[in-house]
Amino acid sequence: MIFSEAEQFRPNRALSFAGRLLRKLCIDGPMLIALLLLAGAGLFVLYSAGGQQVDLVLRQLLRIGVALAALLVVAQIPPKYLRMWSPWLYLAGMLMLILVLVTGASGKGAQRWLDLGLFRFQPAEIMKLAVPMMAAWVLHSRRLPPDARDLLKLLVIIMLPTILIATQPDLGTALLICASGILLVMLAGLSVRFILLAGGLAMGALPVLWHFMLDYQKQRVLTFLNPETDPLGSGYHIIQSKIAIGSGGVFGKGWLNGSQAHLEFLPERSTDFIFAVLGEEFGLLGLLSMLIAYLFVVSRGLYIAVNGQDTYCRLLAGSISLTFFIYVFVNVGMVTGLLPVVGIPLPLVSYGGTSMVTLMVGFGMLMSFQSHRKLLPT
Amino acid sequence: MLRHEPLKDAWAEQRLFNNRIFWAFTGLLLLTGLLISRLINLQVVEHQRYADLSHGNRIRIQPLAPTRGIIFDRNGIVMAENLPAYQMVLIPEQVSDLDGTLDRLSELKLIDEQQRQRFFRRKRGKRSFEAVPLRYRLNDEELARLSVHRHELPGVDIQAALVRSYPLGSTAVHVLGYVGALSESDLQRVETSRYAATSHIGKIGIEGQYEDRLHGQPGHRQLLVNAQGREMDARGEAREELLRNRQEPVPGSDLILSLDSHLQAVAEAALAGRRGTVVVIDVNNGDILALVSQPSFDPNRFSAGGMSNEEYLALQNDIDKPLFNRALSGTYPPGSIVKPFIALAGLEYRAVTPDHSIFCEGYYSIPGNEHRYRDWKKEGHGEINLHAAITESCDVFFYMLAMELGIDRIHAMLADFGFGQPTGVDLPGEKSGLLPSRDWKRGAFDRRSERIWFPGETVITGIGQGYMLVTPLQLTHFTATLATRGKRFKPRLVTAFRDPLSGQITEIPPQELAPVELADDRYWDDIHRAMGAVMNTPRGTGWAVALGAGYKMAGKSGSAQVFSVGQDEEYDEEEIDERLRDHALFVAFAPMENPQIAISVLVENGGSGGRAAGPVVRRVFDAWFEEHRQ
Repeated sequence: MIFSEAEQFRPNRALSFAGRLLRKLCIDGPMLIALLLLAGAGLFVLYSAGGQQVDLVLRQLLRIGVALAALLVVAQIPPKYLRMWSPWLYLAGMLMLILVLVTGASGKGAQRWLDLGLFRFQPAEIMKLAVPMMAAWVLHSRRLPPDARDLLKLLVIIMLPTILIATQPDLGTALLICASGILLVMLAGLSVRFILLAGGLAMGALPVLWHFMLDYQKQRVLTFLNPETDPLGSGYHIIQSKIAIGSGGVFGKGWLNGSQAHLEFLPERSTDFIFAVLGEEFGLLGLLSMLIAYLFVVSRGLYIAVNGQDTYCRLLAGSISLTFFIYVFVNVGMVTGLLPVVGIPLPLVSYGGTSMVTLMVGFGMLMSFQSHRKLLPT
Repeated sequence: MLRHEPLKDAWAEQRLFNNRIFWAFTGLLLLTGLLISRLINLQVVEHQRYADLSHGNRIRIQPLAPTRGIIFDRNGIVMAENLPAYQMVLIPEQVSDLDGTLDRLSELKLIDEQQRQRFFRRKRGKRSFEAVPLRYRLNDEELARLSVHRHELPGVDIQAALVRSYPLGSTAVHVLGYVGALSESDLQRVETSRYAATSHIGKIGIEGQYEDRLHGQPGHRQLLVNAQGREMDARGEAREELLRNRQEPVPGSDLILSLDSHLQAVAEAALAGRRGTVVVIDVNNGDILALVSQPSFDPNRFSAGGMSNEEYLALQNDIDKPLFNRALSGTYPPGSIVKPFIALAGLEYRAVTPDHSIFCEGYYSIPGNEHRYRDWKKEGHGEINLHAAITESCDVFFYMLAMELGIDRIHAMLADFGFGQPTGVDLPGEKSGLLPSRDWKRGAFDRRSERIWFPGETVITGIGQGYMLVTPLQLTHFTATLATRGKRFKPRLVTAFRDPLSGQITEIPPQELAPVELADDRYWDDIHRAMGAVMNTPRGTGWAVALGAGYKMAGKSGSAQVFSVGQDEEYDEEEIDERLRDHALFVAFAPMENPQIAISVLVENGGSGGRAAGPVVRRVFDAWFEEHRQ
């Protein structure tokens, strides 16, 4: 199977100039194009959603540039080094998480950020990559599927940062980091019986959980289930978002013509709810195009994962790709009212900084895995 | 098969991984399918519903106030109209220091403390970008003062609006009524949607009575609003759609009154400075030509919204009651005015013949009773018949006639004329007066001893004293019935509606009431002759009134007791408190041969009818016949 793909490795001279350049820069062409398309489309939607401020678009463009630069840099690093650095990155991330928790305790509400003088960033962003990297590092040298001891070790590796981040509190990010770790373990061959058992237990635990939930938490769930009961409170977001998407119809109201967004009915329209702006202005066709683009990126990532040269590359590439899909699914699910409002931005499109860099670094790793392959497994 | 525990089986691991990726990809496709089905549900299946919701979100319907109907008099003179006025408004969000701004406006004497309080009341429930009225009407001088200081007062703006205006001022105010700011209680009475854009409503008079006609139908326009409700500019197709959905308001119907504003002004001037009423009716159709109640007030103060509570209370608590419409709501004993009607009853029931005479010695006593019912003429009228009894207003004759007739027959005749019933005029607040009878007395008193009708009460009913009460409007109405020999018309003020858009006039036909029918029509002649003699013979009580007039009139004077004089006391006009003096009354119609108009004049505490009320009759008649020469 692996050998059958060797034909892809054509000699340099058989490629176009662009192909040669990409090969030289260790860049995966199809994925880069898809990423640029998504980010570019995002700029258009952002221009409309942000009230046609060129300033806003330029700042986002700058972020995309920085993120692409990071991608380019990471793509150059051979997977071997990435693997070797994994535990150190994980440790550093954990230290910063603890630091944030300690320093942030004094300044209330700002416990996510670490101020390094020159710039501030969220250690949680590092953990988005560091957790699957660490998990892949652990499993790299083990025989798959993992045995119970490995699983216990992985549980600690995943749950420690999850709990730390959840106490920040940033439940959304915590769950996504947890998911990226679990997905990786599942890809590593966690027994199906175990997965079904855990899933069944989780379902069974729901009523018990409900019983122990606080009133406001129950209210939040109820609002999600039936937003019309609280049209001016937390249900407002979902209702207005559904109105925006639904009123867009098949073809949309046209760029810059979305009344829900422009008349400020839609909250968080440049950030978490930007998908609704796209739906209002470009309709079902616009949304399907965007979903297809995302699907392409994820598929390409999974393809890279399948072609991964070693366990580390395969597991990490698979985890990064699937986590990316989860971002998209959770955001779209939230905006269309399928999932509760959790505050996850739409990757590559929503206005915002740190997560863009994290995402691109992740894709940089995928490209590194893809471009640093050797014909035969070592 | 070899098992090397520590060694990795690359092939098996790759296969396992590929298998997992396959399932993951399948799950991913399923989830994507779920998202897509959700999108199709929102954007295709339920698209219309969400499109409607989106429309409802951004389109706000703003009602447009209709223009209130204009009120004209019979000659097309405008009596109530809508004039553009300059309002001073304040837009709270544009004002950084609200108290400071209001203080400055107070310094500039543009608002007083009351208007300031009212502003805060109006401001409640409005959004910060909505203009709140501070003053409804600024005069030119105030407008200039505000303009000079505008730059110091950001957020204070001048807006033009239509304000109800009564160009003739206080003229006919008791007919027209006025409009005032829509109150909570008004809103409970009216259909709220019709008044969504309206700030003022007709309170009393024609404005109140015909509110439904005058108001019109509100229109509406659609606005594009944002989430805060602020109006946004619409462009292109959206703008056209908004314009397409605009519905213009339908202005209220114009009213044409029977009133002659010139005659009204003359009557008011004739009564100026006194308390009283003048009511003039066209006897041939019931049109009210003038309806005066004095003192009066300026209705423009109400519609401008600038009246302070003190001013209103001052009007309301004024001892002279300027807000009170005496002509409709004031009830008075008719006094001697009732004599021609009693005489008609006498003739109809054969209690008296035109030639029958009695001897008047200055008083009358019921047989077997000491009590003397005095005549106004102490020495008596001597030998006197029906004609002279009306002409000279002999009381004794009518004491006797009333006794002869009895209260039941008096009641029957006067009821035919409409005594004790409202005339049905198209104005609110009309009183029915009181026509006493045995039945009435049985029901009206609690004490058994008071429920019986006493003969003495019949006696004084003969000269219009006692329980009997009439309104000045009724007096004119009854006089008109005398003039037309029994033909009765419902008194009315609105004679036609005018469509303000097409100018088309819809006349309302006069409404005839059941006539007064007598056994012999010559009885009318007897009464006409007697009432003519009142005015046209030197012995008549109205001789001085009609002296030198270019037309012939018939009339009757009267005075209504306010204060009863004791058995042995003298009634002396000079000595008695002004407010306890008799009310002076006069009714008349003219021309005698072919009656056109009837009048009643009442001067409160005026004393003698001939002297106090008569000259008013003359001035009004002169003014009318000057314009309506035969």
